[in-house]
Amino acid sequence: MPRGEVIVNKELCKECSLCVVACPHGVLGIGKTINSKGYHSVEAVAPEKCTGCTLCAVMCPDVVLTIKRKSPERK
Amino acid sequence: MKTVFQKPEAMTDVPMHYCPGCTHGIIHRLVAEAIDSLGIREQTIGVASVGCSVFAYDYFNCDMQQAAHGRAPAVATGIKRVRPEAMVFTYQGDGDLASIGMAEIVHAAARGENITVVFVNNAIYGMTSGQMAPTSLLGQKTATSPRGRTVEEMGYPIKMCELLATLDGPAYLSRVSTHDSRHVLQAGKAIKKAFEMQQQKKGFAMVEVLSTCSVNWGMTPANALKWMAENMVPYYPLGVYRDVTAKEGN
Amino acid sequence: MAKTLMKGNEALSEAAIRAGLKAFYGYPITPQNEVPAYMAEHLPLRGGVYLQAESEVSAINMVYGAAGAGVRVMTSSSSPGISLKQEGISYIAAAQLPCVIVNVVRNGPGLGGIQPAQGDYFQAVKGGGHGDYHMIVLAPGNVQEMADLTTLGFDLADKWRNPVMILGDGILGQMMEPVEFAENQEPVNVEKPWATTGAVDREPNIVNSLDIIPEKAEKNMQALLAKYEKIKEEEVRWQEDGTEDADVILVGYGTSARVARSAMELARKEGLKVGLFRPITLWPFPEQRLRELAKPGRKFLAVEMSAGQMIEDVRLAVNGVSPVYLSNRLGGMVPTPEDVLTKTRDIVQGRVN
Ligand SMILES: Cc1ncc(C[n+]2csc(CCOP(=O)(O)OP(=O)(O)O)c2C)c(N)n1
Ligand code: SF4
Ligand code: SF4
Repeated sequence: MPRGEVIVNKELCKECSLCVVACPHGVLGIGKTINSKGYHSVEAVAPEKCTGCTLCAVMCPDVVLTIKRKSPERK
Repeated sequence: MKTVFQKPEAMTDVPMHYCPGCTHGIIHRLVAEAIDSLGIREQTIGVASVGCSVFAYDYFNCDMQQAAHGRAPAVATGIKRVRPEAMVFTYQGDGDLASIGMAEIVHAAARGENITVVFVNNAIYGMTSGQMAPTSLLGQKTATSPRGRTVEEMGYPIKMCELLATLDGPAYLSRVSTHDSRHVLQAGKAIKKAFEMQQQKKGFAMVEVLSTCSVNWGMTPANALKWMAENMVPYYPLGVYRDVTAKEGN
Repeated sequence: MAKTLMKGNEALSEAAIRAGLKAFYGYPITPQNEVPAYMAEHLPLRGGVYLQAESEVSAINMVYGAAGAGVRVMTSSSSPGISLKQEGISYIAAAQLPCVIVNVVRNGPGLGGIQPAQGDYFQAVKGGGHGDYHMIVLAPGNVQEMADLTTLGFDLADKWRNPVMILGDGILGQMMEPVEFAENQEPVNVEKPWATTGAVDREPNIVNSLDIIPEKAEKNMQALLAKYEKIKEEEVRWQEDGTEDADVILVGYGTSARVARSAMELARKEGLKVGLFRPITLWPFPEQRLRELAKPGRKFLAVEMSAGQMIEDVRLAVNGVSPVYLSNRLGGMVPTPEDVLTKTRDIVQGRVN
């Protein structure tokens, strides 16, 4: 079970890749589907590696990403 | 699992018009997060300026006024003086604040006007498609400095934090950057602090946020962040230039 | 209340405070300096804010902010300063914000001089800043009206969500006359649900003049123009005297109207049939009434302290039915009743064409 989960609001993504660069674990990559604005939205290409650190979301200019994390006390 | 990151309440659902990778979007979110974390959304009146961020009034989920080019500090003064209980902020680019609006920002700072200023320095005029800004770096090529900015022709870039730090009026002056996640988190703290200053009636608070304009710089968004770290940060040193609360020893 | 002797600029300031003024933002310039001085002295002690801005540009933008935040606010200046305010006035008109702007006109163009003049007529009534907009322009003719039209100005500004200009001049500002203020005047409290007061239990309010979608911008312009049409229907004000039998009607506002009145009295003593028409609202201009007064055989004489500005509106109104002549002085010189009388005699005797 991954510790974190990244949820992508694909319609808002502009394919800038800042989140891809920001993620220390290579969770995100530019995907193949095109949104209505004509951008290839990012997607979690390695979701199992997500730690829920939020660094990708911190760098996203368009608030595309929502992050969930396992609360430590439930571990 | 618990949601640990989501769109702040102080932002609307309107998709932002900024170019892909434009750090204006990050800075908007930081402002909204600061408003949320202080619980001041219903008291806040924002002032949008003229520049790429002109539509900021559609993106912040609070009362907003749109000001003429450079005049946001005067508009904010007009609001704050008659509604001292409101939390008033301006959001201005470098052409807006450091060129056409130089008189307004200097005098608002000198008066110690109790407002929060978010100053987005991207070293270029974004909205009008890439002309030289007062903050463009020496050697920087723009639409109106095609051979690069030279001292002989255009003089030196203006360092606003340093300039305003010569005045007694400001309570808080800080320069931050958005070139990586660590610095974005620091920028968020500075912006929150600038609102807290207003809450505590300390007076004028400005955060200068170094920002990219990849489209007009002619780079990919990721390379623009790198260029900013390597060229802008050395010329515009990050740090706190004034903090009256630090003097008080808290 | 008993009458007190006051300067025009002071009477106007007192009236503004009594109308519930919450903020005054200004910048020094002669001949309106009594206004900021009065405000600085009295306004902070009576629940308002006085602030000297760094320029007229800043002052008018402070007015924009405060008006957008829903309070009664005002600025005052004189011609060169009013030129600097034009950008802000255009934004205020576009964002439909109520405020009062006082122009104690001096002679121009350029730095000009500090003597009374009326050369800002076009700037006041035809726009002045960029784009299609109008201010409501009120022209007081004495010290009592400096006060009364200021009170009215705030009411009209709120009623129509529109900037109002009080167009005075150095004489009206500086001269002293007895003036009376209404007893226990309660400032009218107008609801402003559009104002930025903090979005508590409602959607955010936005004060804005940006309109980049042409279809929408055209619609908004049409709504603005419809408002201007209603103002034209409801708010035209003027005063006339001796016009019924007049062969010559003198037309003038402000100080020029005072001169014209003296000229009319002299002319009547000579047996000349002369009347006076004094526009009180310069925008909307009382064109309908002037059109009714025009008839073959009747002549009009525009009396101005400008190079022939208001005369254009008189001509548009009478639309060729009557000839319109000009009697004016420039450069801060004030016409004398004798100047106007001489021109009137010439017109009556057919010595001008
Ligand atoms: C009085 C006036 N002059 C010029 C303009 C045109 N203009 C619009 S935005 C802009 C520059 C904005 O640059 P900046 O403030 O750096 O913001 P950015 O777009 O880079 O975010 C200019 C000159 C204007 N709108 N108004
Ligand atoms: S940072 Fe945001 S907009 Fe850019 S690629 Fe990632 S999710 Fe898309
Ligand atoms: S032009 Fe530059 S500043 Fe404007 S939205 Fe695009 S990247 Fe951002």
